[in-house]
Amino acid sequence: MSETKKTDTAAKAAVPEQASAPDEREVLLKVENLTKHFPIKKGILRRQVGAVKAVDGIDFEVRKGETLGVVGESGCGKSTMGRVITRLQDPTGGSISFEGQDITRLSTGEMRPLRRDIQMIFQDPYGSLNPRHTIGSIVSAPFRLQGVEPEGGVKKEVQRLLELVGLSPEHYNRYPHEFSGGQRQRIGIARALALKPKLVVADEPVSALDVSIQAQVVNLMDDLQQELGLTYVIIAHDLSVVRHVSDRIAVMYLGKIVELADRNALYEAPMHPYTKALMSAVPVPDTKRRGQRSERILLRGDVPSPIAPPSGCRFHTRCWKATEICRTTEPQLVELKLGQRVACHHPENFADQAPQDTVLLSAAKAASELVPDAVLAGEPEAAAKSEAVTETSPEPATDAKPEAAAEETKAEPEAKSEAAKETSSEPEPEPEPEPEPEPEPEPEPEPEPEPEPEPESESDAKPEAAAEPEPEPAAEPEAEATAEPEPAAEPEPAAEPEPDDAPKSPKPKGK
Amino acid sequence: MTELSKTETGEGTTAKAPSAFLEVRDLKVHFPTDDGIVKSVDGLSFSVDKGKTLAIVGESGSGKSVTSLAVMGLHRLGARGKNVRMSGEIWLNGKELVGASPDEVRRLRGRDMAMIFQDPLSAMHPYYKVGDQIVEAYRVHHKVSKKEARTRAIEMLDRVGIPEPAKRVDGYPHEFSGGMRQRAMIAMALVNNPELLIADEPTTALDVTVQAQILDLIRDLQKEFGSAVIMITHDLGVVAEIADDVLVMYGGRCVERGAAAEVFEKPQHPYTWGLLGSMPRIDRETSERLIPVKGQPPSLINVPSGCAFHPRCPYADVPAENVSRTVRPELQLVGAGHWSACHLPAEDRERIWTEEIAPKL
Repeated sequence: MSETKKTDTAAKAAVPEQASAPDEREVLLKVENLTKHFPIKKGILRRQVGAVKAVDGIDFEVRKGETLGVVGESGCGKSTMGRVITRLQDPTGGSISFEGQDITRLSTGEMRPLRRDIQMIFQDPYGSLNPRHTIGSIVSAPFRLQGVEPEGGVKKEVQRLLELVGLSPEHYNRYPHEFSGGQRQRIGIARALALKPKLVVADEPVSALDVSIQAQVVNLMDDLQQELGLTYVIIAHDLSVVRHVSDRIAVMYLGKIVELADRNALYEAPMHPYTKALMSAVPVPDTKRRGQRSERILLRGDVPSPIAPPSGCRFHTRCWKATEICRTTEPQLVELKLGQRVACHHPENFADQAPQDTVLLSAAKAASELVPDAVLAGEPEAAAKSEAVTETSPEPATDAKPEAAAEETKAEPEAKSEAAKETSSEPEPEPEPEPEPEPEPEPEPEPEPEPEPEPESESDAKPEAAAEPEPEPAAEPEAEATAEPEPAAEPEPAAEPEPDDAPKSPKPKGK
Repeated sequence: MTELSKTETGEGTTAKAPSAFLEVRDLKVHFPTDDGIVKSVDGLSFSVDKGKTLAIVGESGSGKSVTSLAVMGLHRLGARGKNVRMSGEIWLNGKELVGASPDEVRRLRGRDMAMIFQDPLSAMHPYYKVGDQIVEAYRVHHKVSKKEARTRAIEMLDRVGIPEPAKRVDGYPHEFSGGMRQRAMIAMALVNNPELLIADEPTTALDVTVQAQILDLIRDLQKEFGSAVIMITHDLGVVAEIADDVLVMYGGRCVERGAAAEVFEKPQHPYTWGLLGSMPRIDRETSERLIPVKGQPPSLINVPSGCAFHPRCPYADVPAENVSRTVRPELQLVGAGHWSACHLPAEDRERIWTEEIAPKL
């Protein structure tokens, strides 16, 4: 432990600013309108036919000494975000500044000195350590690469680091396979801390570990933060863990931040319906709550594909509060309460942002389901029956059709202008309709709406349906479907995918 | 929990069919290796009734999955009986499985008992259509035409909530998302209406929202078919949500067993306390620190002497005469249907739980 104390002082000497009061913490990392699109290429010419919009316009900042937690379902872009802010992957657009310096477009060489300050802890402790290197060589690699000669020699420093993370200095000459998952994760942490970084981005640092070990690692990271004044960005899908470790939390959905708030505010009064749904789905180790919990929001279906995300608010296809405006207009991330930024037209626990628009998008309850547990326990057969009913009845779909189509046309003009703006401001969006209008709409709306809206529609409807036949879920695929032929017939083939992209990038700036 | 008093001590293992639907008595699964014998499961007894859910909880390497594979008779398959030593009794619906021939077990597997594996991507064959894999499982046990079997497959996909099942039946596993793949796995497991369903970490790889869907699905299907369910997991939240009974495993043995409410409200084993303390909880005030279980899970080759948990147990020195390190504790009745294997005297356990552990959770 004496070793640990030494580190403590050493670290404080190295980064004294971080000891300052939390209130006037300066911004360490600032991210503005960050996007990361992965191109999809097809054909002999490898023409780009679309893009996976993994991260699609996010803004946040990380202050010194704090922990920012990032949560979301798989595929929401949180890991990509982590890799982009550490510049392991190049952003498509937007800017990242670290300590006031713009690092968005720095070359590999220019980034290298900064690598000392920005480190990453990886998710998989089995994949992130080279099996042919000893622990000593793994943890000393940062010194070698950066040409740093620590006081007392590399070996001594590495052994000190091993001790710091709760391993024994004798482990220096062992190989990764001799260690358990939790120990490997500690090795990864030791390596990340070797150069006394200012910012540590941890991508699912504990999700591969057993509960008991998970707690050890969480506590370790906590201790190290206090001792070394680290700043963390912790990416995780486990909401209980994120709540435990974070000061502020960003909730991501389909490449966007939908809510960004202080930990307590977020967990006590989540404002975005998605946040609320996420939190209500977390299983709680308390059998007493099983009977008591009166309702739980059960999101149906899967996250839509980031290749062609839904128009307007991206969550509207699964949201039980969605209205017209949600389908057409994308909500901006605005600070509704002090320290709580939300992108929603109809937030929970707060005044409605679009009150005039009260008509629910079809009985949107379909998108989710308020499940009284008693009911859940009581009538499985009823649920089964109702399911069968919905599955076979086509009415809701036909009902919704005209409305949906109207919706689409409404959305279009706006989208077009948006797209126009975009082409001028944004250099790198996917190739427009230009030469071959055929393949364009094909790959995008085709595979997209295909599997995506479906899961929602069907599964949504299931248990609810007995009570109310919902047009909404059905309307979804319908809307998409109507849009599909449209491009073929009309002059703008890319209209469907493009508008989705367009509103995102220019908006945070423009509106 | 059914009365198991007779088998509890390991005695009385007369070859008599038990009353419970599934009863496992003194099950041992050992794997001889070059380094020594891996005692993955070392004397485990439990039972499950129809319509009930038993959750088996424990860390990786505690023997949970080995137990479930043993019940399914899958150890013998891969190793041809050479690399595994099994003893004890597994009674399923009045039939003993450990001594049964592979053919007999095969006839039961799929129809009377089925399993949902943790990783649906590797559990499904990537080369065959999802529908064909379900059809195969159905036709093994039913003399029906391919067409009928296909209808049945579509019906099952529909039942588990796969949209457009008639179309999806011809999809390949990689075309399904994680949650849908898990649903397809469940459809495959349930296609023969098995009376025993073993779910090995069915939601571990899934997001919370999908996890909630899958748990609801399993619960609904259980209600509908009245199956017995064994849920293997390390997530105590999932256990609290779905289980009737809980069995906590450590080092290949059961350390605590009882009704879920009992185990969560009055856990009696220090390891269970450790598990509860390790979990950050979304329903409580945020605590400053978690209370982890120190150290690492034990090697199953050299299981610690005495109580396997003693090297990690903060209370190992409380019982007199160093008994924790020398004598292996047997399961004792500590409450109604609640068993725990710990040397701590009852009054100490009670005191430690109410004074030291419970307030910190």
